[in-house]
Amino acid sequence: MFQFAVGPDRERLAGTLPGLLWLGFILSGLLGLGRTFVVERENDCWEGLLLAPGDKSAIYLGKLAGNVLLMLVVEVLLIVLFTIFFDIDLSPAIPALAIVVVLGTIGLASVGTLFAAMTAGVRARELLFPVLLLPVQVPVLLATVKATEAGLAGEPLAAYAHWLQLLAAADVIYLVAGVLTFEFILEP
Amino acid sequence: MTRTLGWLALAGLVAGLVMAFGIAPRELTQGNVQRIMYIHVPAVWVAYLGFLVACGASIAYLFTRRTDADQLAHAVVEVGLVFLGLNIASGSIWGKPTWGTWWTWDARITSVSIVFLIYLGYLLLRQAVDDRERAARYAAVVAIIAAPNIFLVHQSVNWWRTLHQPASLLKAGGATMPVILWVGIVVNFIGFGLLAAYFVARRAALLHREAQAAG
Repeated sequence: MFQFAVGPDRERLAGTLPGLLWLGFILSGLLGLGRTFVVERENDCWEGLLLAPGDKSAIYLGKLAGNVLLMLVVEVLLIVLFTIFFDIDLSPAIPALAIVVVLGTIGLASVGTLFAAMTAGVRARELLFPVLLLPVQVPVLLATVKATEAGLAGEPLAAYAHWLQLLAAADVIYLVAGVLTFEFILEP
Repeated sequence: MTRTLGWLALAGLVAGLVMAFGIAPRELTQGNVQRIMYIHVPAVWVAYLGFLVACGASIAYLFTRRTDADQLAHAVVEVGLVFLGLNIASGSIWGKPTWGTWWTWDARITSVSIVFLIYLGYLLLRQAVDDRERAARYAAVVAIIAAPNIFLVHQSVNWWRTLHQPASLLKAGGATMPVILWVGIVVNFIGFGLLAAYFVARRAALLHREAQAAG
């Protein structure tokens, strides 16, 4: 699809690659994240989650870890497919790309898991989830795309360290907020 | 009480208009168009102040479960969105003669409109959840995440691109603006703040009655 959207011009394709890559990650992430708590809702297992002993934030962290893992697998697959079909050599940028992908995925998944729990039992879940999530994720998207761009261009880490710092700050804020507020969402 | 607030707001707005059109001088290069600043800047301050209040009220709601804290947060977000909309609209009207375009993907316009969308999502979520208590809890969580996110959005979008003039009032090293303009903005800010407080008081009272009527 992206090939058709941007056109066959290789120069232009290389310029838009970081953005395309992250759009792909986010769209695939939206699908998975949105379903995080649907199984519990549909099978009436919500009370089971509530009754689980221990701190409720453990459930959040567990769901989050599952989501991050799943998203990382999909992202690695996507990157491999991108390199094959667009015939690009990403190997020199792999360490940089790995940092950005991990930080960005945690950022996406931490808010995504929280909002998924919220929208699981709501009318028009498929609509509401992205409408809530996407504007909140603009800082993460901008930071990851910019850092990926710089990483792929082979710039030294110092040149885009500020983006990574912003990304890390966002991750910490989202994670702390998620851990602290999750129990309020879990109530029936 | 609310009525007094309303009259105070009216007085504040009149004082603001007098400052903007009577006392403040005409700007040299932009002419009278520049006077839009007297609603543009205070409107965004009031809106952001409101979102901070909404965050505080939401935290208070989650801890105390007092419905009036939730009603306050709800009312403040609605009024804040109105003022943010006023800010975007006035900026657009100012932008046409000054920059030559109604809209551009400049850093601050972008970040303000993203913040607008985030809080629009807040209201949508309230609409979508049928149970009042559950809607209040969910909305509180969104308001708590959205407030620190405002700073992240601003920072990231600022690094991304910039055309808008940097802030002339709230920055390190003091304001770069003649005192008379500065006073004009502050007077208008107070007037707008009073007006917003009046709206919030009215809206919160209405929400309170709605909740009572619904049982």
